[in-house]
Amino acid sequence: MESAMDFMGGFLLLAGASFLLFGGLGLLRMPDLYNRIQAGTKTTTLGTILVLAGAAFLHPEWGLKLLLIGLFLLFTNPLSSQVLARAAHRGGIEKTPETMVDKLAEDFPESIAKSTTSISSSSNKIGDKS
Amino acid sequence: MAETFITFATILSGIAFLLALGRFLKGPSTVDRVIAFDVLTVISITFIVLSALIEERGIYLDVALVYALLSFLGVIAIARYLEGRF
Repeated sequence: MESAMDFMGGFLLLAGASFLLFGGLGLLRMPDLYNRIQAGTKTTTLGTILVLAGAAFLHPEWGLKLLLIGLFLLFTNPLSSQVLARAAHRGGIEKTPETMVDKLAEDFPESIAKSTTSISSSSNKIGDKS
Repeated sequence: MAETFITFATILSGIAFLLALGRFLKGPSTVDRVIAFDVLTVISITFIVLSALIEERGIYLDVALVYALLSFLGVIAIARYLEGRF
């Protein structure tokens, strides 16, 4: 019984760490800022929650604190990524040419028009070669 | 057996940390760096939990919780500043 809990916890730890690894890889290799937001935040949220679940299997007496950290990450991580994506879209960061649909530009066309803020001026110079 | 799993998980998270650090140093725009910073803090929370498992001290989880809170507030503040309205 005890070794089964250990094995399950270790397996969850390895799965979570693998998701973190793939998230880091996607963050480095995706062609676009919006794709990087997807790759970076979704996979790291799942990976960290899996690591927390593995820790709860290894030490069942820490379960409440681990559940609290997991719930906090589950609520705040999508929120911060969405706020960052909206800030980038308002700043006029370039999309990759393969982008087919941009619903936010259809709803708020003025956010593309004012592309002269500080973050776009720094990104237009060197943003094309990545 | 559990120590082996924890060691391998720490190594994989370390590689992920280095990849995200590469994006943090390279990132063409400011928002790229902020996203990389967000990912780095989440991986750091994983590191704190793994160190709590290695040292077998549950008090480190409180550190992880406060770290998550502060990093979330920092990212939200930077995003609102970049958006140009407070």
